[in-house]
Amino acid sequence: MFDIKDPNSIQLNSAGQLKHFITTEGLSRELLTEILETADSFVDMNAQQVKKVPLLRGKTVVNLFFESSTRTLSTFELAAKRLSADVLNLNISTSSTSKGETLKDTLQTLEAMHSDMFVVRHSDSGAAHFIAEHVTPNVAVINAGDGRHAHPTQAMLDMLTIRRHKGDFSPLIVAIVGDILHSRVARSQIHALRILGAAEIRVIAPTTLLPRNIEALGVKVFTHMQTGLKDADVVIMLRLQKERMQSALLPSESEFYKLFGLTNEKLQHAKPDAVVMHPGPINRGVEIESAVADGPQSLILDQVTNGIAVRMAVMSMSMSGQMAEKNMKAEA
Amino acid sequence: MVQGTLSVESMLDKMASELKTLLIHRQIEDPIIIGIRTGGIWIAERLHTALALDNAIGTLDISFYRDDFSQIGLHPKVQASQIPCVTEGRDIVLVDDVIMSGRTIRAALNELFDYGRPASVTLVTLLDLQRRQLPIQADIYGGTLSLAANQQVKLTGPDPLTLEISQKD
Repeated sequence: MFDIKDPNSIQLNSAGQLKHFITTEGLSRELLTEILETADSFVDMNAQQVKKVPLLRGKTVVNLFFESSTRTLSTFELAAKRLSADVLNLNISTSSTSKGETLKDTLQTLEAMHSDMFVVRHSDSGAAHFIAEHVTPNVAVINAGDGRHAHPTQAMLDMLTIRRHKGDFSPLIVAIVGDILHSRVARSQIHALRILGAAEIRVIAPTTLLPRNIEALGVKVFTHMQTGLKDADVVIMLRLQKERMQSALLPSESEFYKLFGLTNEKLQHAKPDAVVMHPGPINRGVEIESAVADGPQSLILDQVTNGIAVRMAVMSMSMSGQMAEKNMKAEA
Repeated sequence: MVQGTLSVESMLDKMASELKTLLIHRQIEDPIIIGIRTGGIWIAERLHTALALDNAIGTLDISFYRDDFSQIGLHPKVQASQIPCVTEGRDIVLVDDVIMSGRTIRAALNELFDYGRPASVTLVTLLDLQRRQLPIQADIYGGTLSLAANQQVKLTGPDPLTLEISQKD
């Protein structure tokens, strides 16, 4: 585990612009809205015939993945390429013993190649923050998921998906269902939803999959699915993270599905126009019924499309924040 | 110091008439008119009506193609460019309100070429501020204007279209 200090002292430049993107926690509503508006522009651009703009031309983006991933890595890669950056994908398997030192060595090697941005995924909470602290000035760091801590681009692509379908956040009841305990996605979503002013944020899970003191984040806790779903506008299902479960937290997958799996029948308790989301990859018949995942209320594929746009937005904004800081220092 | 006139309407009349003549001279019969956001779109709409063109107007937002991203960063509310038809092999009339350094037009040409290789591009601007930093000239312009270093000009619209000269902050 790494020590996580005040995130904003590291992720904003002296003019308050984004220069790293480590967590949604503590950011202003204005900044999150700016990310969403910039991403909106890229959603339109991604639908055009030529899906490429020259914003990061000549920049080198390194996707530094210490933990395996398919969709996050591929959408980050596409995002960087559509911004005209050169992209290097590195899958580095971690040995649990020598992380701190190895990470620094890896960083120095990559910095010697004149990289401009690191997109980091790591199984340890705080890894992206650690890298942002130790990286050369003017190199941007984007967190692509760190341990149980945060997955800010996933949370922002979910916010973009909600905003494009529901507009304003202020009347919305959002229910997050499933493995809250191991979910960095849930944490980042809860922070983002609070900052953007959602009316009510609920978490629905068996007690064994709820972190202690989760209420402190400003959520309502439900252990009964049907009650928690009542009148919800947005239902976000989470993946059961079996790879992170070190003890028997669940009696069985079928038992979980019976109580917490999202079926059309359970979805009836939410509002009729409720939308259903899932960060993927989905376990059909464990977290969600196929009829719901592929049904008219599902936005699961929109989330993937919006993911590219959000990643393009935070990459270009962070690079721009780094360059602005460089200019400010040069003038001073 | 103003050379010519600042009446937008008379400038538009002159531009429409000159553009008509130029298109005939260049044997261009079916041009696609494309305006650069925001002022350029207003001017493009007026020329489109004056020339009674059939093709829908295209719009370009050049924010993603600017060359000062590293100095001033990204504008958050970039709207999508909309090019109504295939531009490959077509004659384009590119329209902006003002040409000064030429950098906006450079960005617009780069973006335009991402949509295909046009047969020709004719550049029309309402005003020429004559402070070029790139070798780019308008084929047709309504008037020229020499501003002092602390002055700026802004087109407001779309109805009515007016030009205002003001002191910079």
